Amino acid sequence: MAEEKVLHVTDADFEAKVVNSELPVLVDFWAAWCGPCRAIAPVIEELAAEYDGKVAIAKMNVDENPVTPGKFGIRAIPTLILFKDGKVVEQITGAVGKAMIENALQKVL
Amino acid sequence: MPDYQLAIIGGGPAGLAAGLYAGRAGLKAVLTERLSPGGQVLTTDWIENYPGFPDGISGFDLVDRMAAQMRKFSTDERVFEVNSLEFEGENEILLRSPTGDTLSARAVIVATGAAPNRLGVPGEEELAGKGVSYCATCDGPFFRDQVVAVVGGGDSAVQESLFLSKIVKKIYLIHRRDELRAVKWLQERAFSNPKIEILWDSVVEKINGSEGVESVHLKNKKSGESRDLPVQGVFIFVGIHPNTGFLPETIKKDARGFVVTDEWMQTSVRGIYAAGDCRAKPLRQIVSAVCEGATAVYGVEHYLTELGL
Repeated sequence: MAEEKVLHVTDADFEAKVVNSELPVLVDFWAAWCGPCRAIAPVIEELAAEYDGKVAIAKMNVDENPVTPGKFGIRAIPTLILFKDGKVVEQITGAVGKAMIENALQKVL
Repeated sequence: MPDYQLAIIGGGPAGLAAGLYAGRAGLKAVLTERLSPGGQVLTTDWIENYPGFPDGISGFDLVDRMAAQMRKFSTDERVFEVNSLEFEGENEILLRSPTGDTLSARAVIVATGAAPNRLGVPGEEELAGKGVSYCATCDGPFFRDQVVAVVGGGDSAVQESLFLSKIVKKIYLIHRRDELRAVKWLQERAFSNPKIEILWDSVVEKINGSEGVESVHLKNKKSGESRDLPVQGVFIFVGIHPNTGFLPETIKKDARGFVVTDEWMQTSVRGIYAAGDCRAKPLRQIVSAVCEGATAVYGVEHYLTELGL
């Protein structure tokens, strides 16, 4: 299942799983109350399976983890942030299509 | 042979209703969606005007139910973003994705809906996602106990102001005219809501801020006075534009890009139909979208029968 490839990160392990990650990481900041977050979820799962071993695809629930979204000034969801070597490479706000996300991923491959 | 008899582009209420009717009609049909089904309804907090739900229903749940109902029948679903549409011979339509994948069908129902308009003022683009929002249900919770502006005067602006009033400290509803366009029922609730202050005859000329929104620059159209109003968020509901840019020129659209159809929902090109918010029409509601989705399938059935396909 694609869902198994998605990394779930929290405020507590963000440093270890994202900042210090060997692979680039795409983090999907989401919440249960956000409709478009739910619409984009299957695309995130597909990407996790397709980019396995190349880019880590992660999700962070902003309701349960307020610190990290605050640090990145996130005031809209879904927001996707692509990190490489702990640095922000690209930030996308809104439920965009798969092609647009893949364009961003090309920058770190 | 094309892959399908019918391809439905878009999984909002119009597309899901078309999928339901196509499945029951026994058409070999597919519903394509860029993401998963939903459309604009997914951003609607609470729906009180869709018959059959006397206590109202969330946009979320309504779409879930529509999708579940469609899935009881045989319509296929594909995550497929349609980038272009062209004829392959006389009776076959080819849909192409940005990654070059293709899908073909005898007939197409365009149910691609619409997207929120931008205000088109300085600061709006720079501060999108940093306090400028087009979805109150998505982003409202980031503004708990803060002061926000809502721009607009239609049903969406008022409905979403009422939703935000449960979260934020204060709402300035900024409207360019001296009366709201929203239905009376919503207006009355806004007028009696102590958190909502309506600023009449006012337009936002600029959104200020660096890391986040700090204020909006307002101008009163009647008095000509302008001032900065401190707010932490700006929610914009100033109408919609149709997602029809990918359609070929041969399909007739109105001046704003909405697709023109006949009463069978057929466009100016035979075999191509349109339903829902992307269509030129006086009323854009869920109740009209589902009706048009069903009608379009009925049109497609006749078209295919006539051609013996």
